[in-house]
Amino acid sequence: MAILGLFQHDVKKHAVLASGLVAPNPARCVQCGICTFNCPVGIDVRAHAWRGEPVIHNHCLTCGECVMRCPRGSLRFEKTDLFAKRKP
Amino acid sequence: MKYAIVGSGVSGIAAIEAIRSVDRSGEVVMIGDDPHGFYSRPGLAYYLTGELHDKALYPRTSDEYRQMNFRYVKGRVKGVLREARVLELENQTSIAYDRLLIATGAQALPLEMPGANLEGVFKLDHMEDAKRILKRARRGKTAVVVGGGITALELVEGLLARGMNVHYLLRGDRYWSGVLDEHESKIVEARLQVEGVTLHHHAELIEVMGKKNRVIGARLLDGRTLKCDMVAYAIGIRPRLELAIQAGLAVDRGILVNEFMQTNDPHIFAAGDVAQVYDPAVGRSVLDSLWGPARQQGYAAGLNMAGKTTAYIKAPPFNVTRLAGLTTTIIGAVGGGHDEDLVGIARGDSETWRSLPDALVAQSGFDVNHLRLMVGEQRLLGAVVMGDQTLSYPLQKIVSERIDISSIREKLLAADARIGDVVVEFWAGLRN
Repeated sequence: MAILGLFQHDVKKHAVLASGLVAPNPARCVQCGICTFNCPVGIDVRAHAWRGEPVIHNHCLTCGECVMRCPRGSLRFEKTDLFAKRKP
Repeated sequence: MKYAIVGSGVSGIAAIEAIRSVDRSGEVVMIGDDPHGFYSRPGLAYYLTGELHDKALYPRTSDEYRQMNFRYVKGRVKGVLREARVLELENQTSIAYDRLLIATGAQALPLEMPGANLEGVFKLDHMEDAKRILKRARRGKTAVVVGGGITALELVEGLLARGMNVHYLLRGDRYWSGVLDEHESKIVEARLQVEGVTLHHHAELIEVMGKKNRVIGARLLDGRTLKCDMVAYAIGIRPRLELAIQAGLAVDRGILVNEFMQTNDPHIFAAGDVAQVYDPAVGRSVLDSLWGPARQQGYAAGLNMAGKTTAYIKAPPFNVTRLAGLTTTIIGAVGGGHDEDLVGIARGDSETWRSLPDALVAQSGFDVNHLRLMVGEQRLLGAVVMGDQTLSYPLQKIVSERIDISSIREKLLAADARIGDVVVEFWAGLRN
């Protein structure tokens, strides 16, 4: 049961991440590149931060590496409403 | 139209982007004397700690530079002939301009004492400095760091991460007293000590001792000596004004500019660490050494150079940094104390922070999550957020947009107020 609980937790976390995207706050960013350096799929997150654009990229896993590693808190998850249930 | 930009930092790059947003065909040339061109100077701190390698610090690819359509000349400008509108370079060539941007940045103030030129004495201005420090740290065992502000701590933490024993000398009784309050300084110092840094208060370096031209120790004013292989210093910076002075432009501590980033010569602009910009918050022209304002000033200068008149309105200075591993955001005016470890300002610093606002102080948190607010009559004038950064974005907006906080002022100043909760509630109300 405990294992199942853990699995459910991961599914829930993944569902949350899948409905979000990484958004930069350019005022906090100094283009150090730790985000790009650590992206497991090679997205240039720093370039998005320079332009102030959210990371809308079909390879983005929303794994959180860039958000977690940014030393200046320049990146955050933002929820998208792309898959939100429509109100009846 | 011919545009010339002296300096390859973020101001210059932002200026080219701005020029190209208005003028696709004008001739743009950038002249830089940093052999590494454009890279993230603040990112050198993370290169020192080993969080990323040097190649990751370059934000642009050569393809991207080609798309920006400018010519890069590696070299140093020795003079400006203002009448003829020509730059003279040290390599005896010259470049004509219609509009010129001086974005030469700032450089570390030198250490002036016996032994300051020995091998093993370092500053942290550029990529080359960082590379030299790392090379030395691989062989060294013990370092002495002097100075204050963000760069001194970057040196302390970088050397520590590279396995060196670090002595950090402070001339006064606490760290960064011009910006942090006593409690905040103590939080940083306690964390440094836990990390293994040996702190020395009221300690003044008077001589770097050497043997065969290499550092072997540091002599202090009180007579003590510390054995070390390296001395690293960050005692402040000064704008690189030589070119502006040679050209006869109006300078004070930096190059004086109007709200269009224009100097007293209408064909010449200045931006970034070298520019001294009017700050409406304090009513005088001030120096900043911050990435964000440098980029914004460069962009505004570029637009004006290309003929799109755009005023640069200085926002309350804002920086996020890591102090002893603790993410810290500093917004607006928060300081006022005297700092014995710095001459003028340091990198990642703003003179505005140092001004003591006419404000009452509200603060909460006594460990890693610390919040200090400078509460004016109707608005917040500044804030320091250490640790949890949830409030830094709302506070940045509340301070920079001069939002009226009269409705929560009493609550913020009440004894034992949970000021974080008060701000969260206020912010939620604003968003609704």
